[in-house]
Amino acid sequence: MSSTDYPRPHAQLHLGVFFQGVNHWTIWSLPESGSQIDFSSFRRMIGTAERGLFDAFFLGEGLRLRESGGKIHDLDVAGRPDAITQLAALAGLTSRIGLVATQNTTYNEPADLARRLSGLDLLSNGRAGWNVVTTDNAWTGENFRRGGYLDHADRYVRAEQFLTVARQIWDSWDTDAIATSTDAEDWADPKGIATVGARTSQFDVEITPTLPRSPQGHPVIFQAGDSAEGRDFAARNADVIFSAHGSDFADALAFATDIRARLRTAGRSEDALRILPGTEIVLGDTEEEAAEKAHWIRLHQVTPATALAIAGQVWGIDLSDRDADGPLPAEDPVVVEPTGEMGSRRWKDPREIVRTWRDTAEARGLSLRETVIALGPQRGHVGTPAGLAEKFAHFVRAGAVDGFNISPYLTPDGLDDIVDRLVPELQERGVYRERYAGTTLREHLGLAGSGFFR
Amino acid sequence: MSRPLHLAVELDGEGAHPAAWRRASHAPAALLTPERVRALAQVAENAGATLATFDDSLLPPDGVGPVGRIGAVERAAFAAVHTSVLGLAPVVSTTYSEPFHVSSQLASLDFAATGRAAWLVAATADPAAARSLGRPTVEGEEALRREARDAGRVARDLWDSWEDDAAVRDVDTGRYLDRDKLHYIDFVGETYTVKGPAIVPRPPQGQLVVLAPAGLLPAGAADVELVEGRSVADLAGDGPGLRFAEVEIALDTPAHTAAERLADLDRHAPWAAGPRLRYAGPPGGLMALLEELAGVVDGVRLRPAVLDEDLPELSARVLPALFRSGTAARPQPGTSLRTTLGLTRPASRFARHLTPVEGTA
Ligand SMILES: Cc1cc2nc3c(=O)[nH]c(=O)nc-3n(C[C@H](O)[C@H](O)[C@H](O)COP(=O)(O)O)c2cc1C
Repeated sequence: MSSTDYPRPHAQLHLGVFFQGVNHWTIWSLPESGSQIDFSSFRRMIGTAERGLFDAFFLGEGLRLRESGGKIHDLDVAGRPDAITQLAALAGLTSRIGLVATQNTTYNEPADLARRLSGLDLLSNGRAGWNVVTTDNAWTGENFRRGGYLDHADRYVRAEQFLTVARQIWDSWDTDAIATSTDAEDWADPKGIATVGARTSQFDVEITPTLPRSPQGHPVIFQAGDSAEGRDFAARNADVIFSAHGSDFADALAFATDIRARLRTAGRSEDALRILPGTEIVLGDTEEEAAEKAHWIRLHQVTPATALAIAGQVWGIDLSDRDADGPLPAEDPVVVEPTGEMGSRRWKDPREIVRTWRDTAEARGLSLRETVIALGPQRGHVGTPAGLAEKFAHFVRAGAVDGFNISPYLTPDGLDDIVDRLVPELQERGVYRERYAGTTLREHLGLAGSGFFR
Repeated sequence: MSRPLHLAVELDGEGAHPAAWRRASHAPAALLTPERVRALAQVAENAGATLATFDDSLLPPDGVGPVGRIGAVERAAFAAVHTSVLGLAPVVSTTYSEPFHVSSQLASLDFAATGRAAWLVAATADPAAARSLGRPTVEGEEALRREARDAGRVARDLWDSWEDDAAVRDVDTGRYLDRDKLHYIDFVGETYTVKGPAIVPRPPQGQLVVLAPAGLLPAGAADVELVEGRSVADLAGDGPGLRFAEVEIALDTPAHTAAERLADLDRHAPWAAGPRLRYAGPPGGLMALLEELAGVVDGVRLRPAVLDEDLPELSARVLPALFRSGTAARPQPGTSLRTTLGLTRPASRFARHLTPVEGTA
């Protein structure tokens, strides 16, 4: 298929890197695995990403250490810096790459969060982004003044109102509010700065903002959340969706088609938003070598203990003393009410899942751990640099994605081969920039300038 | 006192004088740029200061000066990568902030600054701050002190909630964490509770250096108390921690005397004399004052009237002489702020072996 046969023959791929923080996909057990918290790891990774002309460097957020079975979950990488603080430091070491902080709308207040994001945006000369998430469980709330605080149903209501107030804060200063000379009457024209007030179901506030707009207007809005409400929220509000639909072409295209329909319903242009699914990339010199490496990586990600922990959640039983390389547990699963502790795992019917696991294990002669790996999420792309470059060109030109947020499986060097080997292949195919054209994150993403909302 | 005096300098805005922006060497909008934050931090570091402080509030600064301000934690984090020995102390208020966020932000600053971070604890009396956050107003000195005490306690507990070696990375058992080295803090205060543990592992210094105005925190809760007094005699005193005197300064420059500069600024807005020691005059007089202060306090926080005019004078004419005479000492490369200030690195309060771990970050 020649590139002109595609709906978007000239589409460009956007790349971000997601420094995950808490997860079991970042391999910590290898000798080349560095610190997950020392500043030098972040400096190294963002430097590589900027050398690779990436659009953005992302940090996730989680506001309570995860637990399983009522105890702190001890198998995964855990511990991470506060995103905005870390990115403000990294702003000083970089000049082009976008800096995206995941920050929830439930345990923050607009006056404070909007100001911190503005500060990051100014310190980076217009490179800040905000990945809006809506963490709502009472369990996280135990770390905050307000406790549990918000019902599930209200979290996107609050998120949307939060964003409205944040935008008013970001747009509150006229572009010429600050005096141009030290002889002026006032440091800033009081008429050029609007007070922001909101009386809504979630907010009763009055704010005098302290910061002007940045070179990109205001921070780029990212959204990560997959429910219908989450998608509609993104279609109305986001500049970028950080999706989970990027491994399988048909799935990615269906998601993108759904989002484009929602954008039309929201009265926005289909080009108003970028879709960047999270992904893992494994490169090899040949397809076989890449596949072998991918399996080797899986074995380090799904360790025997992790396999037993995942199976333990399905079965609702502590399986930690079993043999991960042996057969599946013979017991029937126990149906337990999910507590939301591990966040992402809300099993539908464990009996049905166990049936699928047993069928798969039997048909393919797999151990427990191999079954966990085989039925676990297929998280990305495996191949040669040239093969993946072809594949990604196809994805982006067909309109299935606008790019990817890459989660490296190694810290801090997990991006090196992607930048050194995949990026040149993408450039050769004309789907990736040769140099940064602009200086702001909004410019990298090709988003239209943000107008005043006021 | 024979120990050398510790030197801190306040870097907020254009200087301590309310009209300082009028004598700044740049256009007003340059205040809110990364170049400005970097330049000030580097001047303070090159001058040999031990610590830079960054004032802050959710509300615009009062009065006739700049009404714009980038958050102090963000400025300090940005300054961290442009400096290598300077301590960095953002003001973070305790009255309406979320202690869990505050603790994470400050611990992260300590990681970015590789062990040079501090926290200047503040309280917020202005009800407009409550209004902007949609929270009930905290009224009265006692309630402000209660919130400061609780927030300080929560931050310190959270910094200790991961023992230093909690990330054990034990390949044999598959455990990244040793959960016995992670601790719920189960803080129960009068107005809120916090469960813990922290999200950020224990910071490089174990505990950040905590500074507070004298009297805001309970005795012993701060590492450094900032004390006010109009004369050297007024500043004499004692405390469980270090004591830094607040000193406002305006120096003669080659072009103008301090008196001329202040007269020019006072035309726009008077610099009302407050409870703090103030010095205006030639650099030599400030040196003499600081030598005298070295006898009664452990350090000073200098608040220059105009940063663009007074910092260069401090740097060229005051600090070098203080270092030569041994009245003050420059921080040493590779040293944590705690070590520079002569503070030990405490073991986690939750650790079972309660022997303090000595050494630097
Ligand atoms: C790719 C992706 C990344 C996410 N990253 C975070 C994160 O770092 N922190 C967080 O609290 N939630 C994160 N979320 C969770 C979402 O913000 C949201 O709370 C969750 O998906 C449930 O919302 P939903 O019902 O709309 O899907 C992420 C979600 C997705 C799809």
